[in-house]
Amino acid sequence: MIELAFVWQVFRIVIPYLFAAAGGVMSERAGLIALTLEGYMLSGAFCAAIASYYSGSPWAGVAAGAVGGTLFALLYATGSVRFRANQVVIGIAINLLAVGLTRFLLRLAFDSSSNSPRVPGFMVAESGAGFGALIRNPLVWAGLLAIPAVAWLLYRTPFGLRVRSVGEHPEAATSVGVSVARVRYAAAALSGALAGLGGAYLALDQHQFTDGMTAGRGFIALAATIFGRWDPMRVGLACLLFAAAETFQIRLQGAQVIPSQFVEMIPYVLTIVALAGVVGRAAPPAALGKVAE
Amino acid sequence: MTAPATPGPAAAPTAASQRRSLRSRAEEALLPPLVALLLAVVVGDVLILAFGQSPGAVYRLLLEGTWANAYGFGQVLYKATTLVFTGLAFALGVRAGLFNIGAESQLAAGGFVAALLGLALPAGLPSLLALPLFVAAAALGGGAVGAVPGFLKARFGAHEVITTIMLNFVVLALLAYFVSSYLHVPETLHTEEIKTGGLPRLADVIPSFHGSAANSTILLAVAASVLVWWYLFRTRPGFELRAVGLQPEAAEYGGVRVGAVWWRAMAISGALAGVGGLNYVLGYKHYYEEGFAAGSGFLGIAVALVGRSHPGGIIIAALLFATLSQGGLAVNALVPKQMVEVLQAVVILAVATSVPEVERLLRGMRRRADRGGELAGGQSGPAVAATERRPAGGVV
Repeated sequence: MIELAFVWQVFRIVIPYLFAAAGGVMSERAGLIALTLEGYMLSGAFCAAIASYYSGSPWAGVAAGAVGGTLFALLYATGSVRFRANQVVIGIAINLLAVGLTRFLLRLAFDSSSNSPRVPGFMVAESGAGFGALIRNPLVWAGLLAIPAVAWLLYRTPFGLRVRSVGEHPEAATSVGVSVARVRYAAAALSGALAGLGGAYLALDQHQFTDGMTAGRGFIALAATIFGRWDPMRVGLACLLFAAAETFQIRLQGAQVIPSQFVEMIPYVLTIVALAGVVGRAAPPAALGKVAE
Repeated sequence: MTAPATPGPAAAPTAASQRRSLRSRAEEALLPPLVALLLAVVVGDVLILAFGQSPGAVYRLLLEGTWANAYGFGQVLYKATTLVFTGLAFALGVRAGLFNIGAESQLAAGGFVAALLGLALPAGLPSLLALPLFVAAAALGGGAVGAVPGFLKARFGAHEVITTIMLNFVVLALLAYFVSSYLHVPETLHTEEIKTGGLPRLADVIPSFHGSAANSTILLAVAASVLVWWYLFRTRPGFELRAVGLQPEAAEYGGVRVGAVWWRAMAISGALAGVGGLNYVLGYKHYYEEGFAAGSGFLGIAVALVGRSHPGGIIIAALLFATLSQGGLAVNALVPKQMVEVLQAVVILAVATSVPEVERLLRGMRRRADRGGELAGGQSGPAVAATERRPAGGVV
């Protein structure tokens, strides 16, 4: 028995996952481990809140969110491509940097250690969280399109072919004249912009930036990327599954049927199970995490 | 049962080349952190100026609040203690070619199991008797969490980076469930107080440390560093571990069971992080509290990186990062303490990016120097062969 309100809530929750996981697929298919989605999202959320606050327009927030994610992604790509540093280490530093920098700038801009003032978003306050509010939010539409767009890019364009070749066999890509570095920069920038939009959605949806507001969503998106075996459509379904579980948990709160912590674990446990190959084998892009010479 | 520690250089090196390789190794180890510190100071200046303060005053306050008074220094020692454990945990993994990103939850699990033991033990038990039990419990808690990804990697080839990250969330949620459902004191997130086996504070011996959380777990941290060094460089299993880290295929060919080494390394790594949990649970608060790890597990990665995965370097790096953490609180009146979080990230980024650069640069210089030596008719030893190789897992 599915109520409509349940469905709308799933949609509301899944949008940032779809954005970030689309970015995750883009990044990992190019051989860059997407540990950094969390940092991109946080940066995107912060930039979106700042821009929306000072300009009064949520559209400026959307643009700034994409830029905020992209800047962090380019930093990540510079570290791992130009300087050939270890992606895991750099990735963790990027996430730490996002947390620290947003907190510092929050103090600098609004003299607060917890949240920004209210910022303009797309939704009219009285429309609530239902269907009407959803369809009036352009980021919802963009989020639903993010995964198909990445699928089209990866499988139907020359750029996508290059991305996949760089992620599977960089030496072969180089031998036919593809610049591994340039493709990885582009894929990283795209992944940062997408995850940044996911962060922008959060900030504009809640009409403010709060410290650490992404709350691990970037890692859920990474889990979805892996659980969906790096294939955009499956990854989208994984996002939907995780969002449904989360909605279920919110709806059940107070009912005490299953402890909320166990529902929280679902995405992570499923990912571990998928990696262990209990149900089919999840094989990552062959050159994932590797430095291309 | 001890095997020769390092595979000796191919030929007997001359004194000159040995001296040179020692010097270049020192350069290789010291240059990246120096570059990083310099960059951190520059970024710090920018952040401080953005807040309209004078960098000189802020840095002075940072040093005064940490190393210049006993309380601040005690806090630095306390924070460094946990970081030594998590740094050793990450470094041991790296030596085996593994990236254990799970220290955060292994630390929490170690503290949790130790707290369970503490709540179960009779109150009158002498500390000397209880301590080994607590260490074993914490090692068991962290080690169990570490062994899971080790097993998954050895058996199924599941990448340990992803499984340890995912396991962080699973384990922390599980611990939160146990604490919130069964063990917590109402209105709090922590367990009842542990009545037995508390570790003496440093203030009990040196009164001027009064008020700081520094406690005798620091001795355990030093002992663990020595033990890890001895294990890695003076025992046969440690040699096998490093061999797997450098070149798993070659180690396998040499008769090492690579899967078993992975499994063992992850378990030991987790156990090290787990024992670090005693610093808070047994040395400071005397209870388990949700979220006490507070990022120390992740900072351990930075500590191992700056310390070049060597126990000696890790102790120094732990002091550096602990100074930054504590220094943030000291300067909070002038600039937000979050500044140090940015600086810590900058240090990691700078070290991680400059290590490969410095290595390449020095290698080029050495090659030129060697060529120069040969031209001059001098006999140059195998300087390149004598330099230490880094684990295959990446440059850390």
